[in-house]
Amino acid sequence: MELIGKTKIDFIGLRKISFVISGIIAFVGLIAIVQITRGAANMGIDFSGGTALQIKFDKPFTTDEIRKALADNGIKEVDLQEIKEGNKLLIKMRKSTGPVGKIAETIEQDFKKAIPGNNFIIESTTEIGPSIGDKLRKDTLVAIAISLLCITLYIAWRFDFKFGIGATVATLHDVLAILAVFFVMNKEVNLLLITAVLTVAGYSLTDTVVVFDRIRENLKKNSKDPLTKVFNASINEVLSRTIVTSLTVFMAAGSLWLLGGEVIHDFAFALVVGVLVGTYSSIFVASPVVVILENRAKK
Amino acid sequence: MPKGVSWRIGLIVLFLVGSSLYLTPTLMGGKLPSWWGGLLPKDKIHLGLDLQGGTHLVLEVETPKAVEGKLDLMITDLEDTLAGKTIRSKQIVKSSLDRIAVTLYDKVSAESVAKLLKDKYPQMELSSPVEEGGFYTVALRMGEKEQQETRDKSVAQALETIRNRIDQFGVSEPVIQREGIDHIVVQLPGIKDPKRAIELIGKTARLEFKLVDEGANPAPGTSIPPEDERLTEKKIDSATGATTEIPLVLKRKTLITGDLLTDAQVRIDSQYNQPYVAIEFNSLGAKLFDQVTAANVGKRFAIVLDSTIYSAPVIRERISGGSAQISGSFTEKEAADLAIVLRAGALPAPVKIIQNVTVGPSLGQDSINKGLLAGLIGVILVVIFMTIYYKLSGLIANFGMVLNIIYLMGALAALGATLTLPGIAAIVLLIGMSVDSNVLIFERIREEMRLGKTAKAAVDAGYDKAFLTIMDSHVTTLITAAVLFQFGTGPVKGFAVSLSLGIIINLFTSLLGTKVVYDFILGRAHVKKLSI
Repeated sequence: MELIGKTKIDFIGLRKISFVISGIIAFVGLIAIVQITRGAANMGIDFSGGTALQIKFDKPFTTDEIRKALADNGIKEVDLQEIKEGNKLLIKMRKSTGPVGKIAETIEQDFKKAIPGNNFIIESTTEIGPSIGDKLRKDTLVAIAISLLCITLYIAWRFDFKFGIGATVATLHDVLAILAVFFVMNKEVNLLLITAVLTVAGYSLTDTVVVFDRIRENLKKNSKDPLTKVFNASINEVLSRTIVTSLTVFMAAGSLWLLGGEVIHDFAFALVVGVLVGTYSSIFVASPVVVILENRAKK
Repeated sequence: MPKGVSWRIGLIVLFLVGSSLYLTPTLMGGKLPSWWGGLLPKDKIHLGLDLQGGTHLVLEVETPKAVEGKLDLMITDLEDTLAGKTIRSKQIVKSSLDRIAVTLYDKVSAESVAKLLKDKYPQMELSSPVEEGGFYTVALRMGEKEQQETRDKSVAQALETIRNRIDQFGVSEPVIQREGIDHIVVQLPGIKDPKRAIELIGKTARLEFKLVDEGANPAPGTSIPPEDERLTEKKIDSATGATTEIPLVLKRKTLITGDLLTDAQVRIDSQYNQPYVAIEFNSLGAKLFDQVTAANVGKRFAIVLDSTIYSAPVIRERISGGSAQISGSFTEKEAADLAIVLRAGALPAPVKIIQNVTVGPSLGQDSINKGLLAGLIGVILVVIFMTIYYKLSGLIANFGMVLNIIYLMGALAALGATLTLPGIAAIVLLIGMSVDSNVLIFERIREEMRLGKTAKAAVDAGYDKAFLTIMDSHVTTLITAAVLFQFGTGPVKGFAVSLSLGIIINLFTSLLGTKVVYDFILGRAHVKKLSI
């Protein structure tokens, strides 16, 4: 079976459109990064410090009554998030109001008094002191920078410097795109998201490498043809495998997203977004960037 | 049979047998048959706390307090020494975080004290006496190196004490280790009452016996003599549960400390049915207790734990024999925990809990179930897709994928790695990625066949030409996995381990594992057209 037969799409010619799209995505991604560094995005408590509780109630509840119960006990700055399945509630407090180890206990007692008749168990508690959050945020930025640098060096060594830049731009684009999506949807930025981002950074290169390999091969064979023609032909030749490889990973990540449970839900969502964006960028970002760099070098 | 097929099959089977052996304990759920013994592996795959439930704590030892504590000890010691030598001192105080200042009335005694200090504490930096307003002050400073050692030792000692407490509390397979300079990581898998454990671990448990200064006014806000301090006694009414705090003024000087205990046990008071903690002193402690009680009959003697007064009973008579009891308003559990911390000893410095991640067992089990379901659905989807898209060759790729998963699980068990929820995610992700290499190879083979090559030549060329591409894409993913491993903690580290192992194994199964199937079939049967 073949999903896509022989194609002759002018991918490089489409770069004006794709660059506008990618430009917007990257811009939003950059805003997201600025907000994340400022701590103004929806930060997970592993970065900001604070307390998070996951509570499972016996019966349905309303967030209003929860909010009231907390406010009556002096807890006002709080994020509440309902988990649809199984009367679950996620409570998040960024600023610690007491010593680590005590807040969960206080909330437990508050609820017992304020919401009688609806029994609950605390499924998980996470409390993180502010000093850890700061250190983690710094470590994370360093980790992303190191992996991008290593990838650039590797691609530059395997191909040449222009390809290295093309691959890095595409990878950076994917990273920005995931952050942009999370920022726009106001999803939580936490350690798991960063893990997903780094995984995508590594994985999205697979597609880019497949395309680059073919370009290199064709450049050797048809050195007289214009660059745009060779690039377009190469992308078209490997188009079906680019899509099939992404599809299989998409299936796995997708089932994790839909069935993997709430703890892993956002993480898997980031992977799904990453796989889609990674496929797009290997075709519409990586190769056009190399073409532009090559053309500039010739002039 | 073509050359090299048999050893490759041998290698695949060997790894398969190895993985199965390592996986058996996990699959049997710990119930191994009786003949399973000797060198055969017995450990199940370790589950992270996010999967089996439990508490992960990061404690920070407040090491500067250890330095202060050491200076406090020196001051008490000095006071006794000077009193023993009948040298009168005006005051001995901590003048800064790392300094003790001894102020004396005249130059002669200042010089003799300086000499005494030099002999007694050779490791400290001594400054020569300074005259100020008719008094002479000798300063003793703890050097950087000495401070460093004290801090370092306090963390090591805190680790031991915490280990002792947890052992006595009874948690199976706890992990207690030092991280960085002053952090201690404590993992308590499957713990039922995390709150109680946290309280038990975090308590400094400095037990001190001090005399109550009956002459001073205990009301807060009033002035008290400099050698006194005001602490509160907490009393809980067992009927109403209301807490009352009673301030008391104590002599600052500690007469006996918890270091001199040999044992602490919970007992129940037969008269009031109240739990109390019976303590036993060692011979030095017993002697001191005897002396103090003999000299202070009629006075109140406060039992202070971490600057809170537990009780302040009146000394009715001299107590010899070295046993005493701590009563107060506590429940039986609290009394039991108090006995544990007293037996295990005090922490050399207070600890602060800076991270606490507690996952209940139900959530962990839920995560495992959902993760496995997601993995299963992922496998089914990929298997169906590959079989439809690449027909029989798709089946070969599926075979490679299954090998990949078995090897990966086997490797995780063999290396004693910890499986976390993100680790399960990595395995699910690898289901998708492991057929990728075969997709690249199959597409190449299709191209070669379009050029009119024979089945065998097309397969060989396909594997050859796809090799570098596969290599490159694996290396880039491996780079990020390595970075994740380096900076990640807990669950993230688990993800990085599963991912990097999976990638390496995938190289083997996709390049060698599936190829040998082709070689085997094409070597035996005369295949004209590949099913691809």
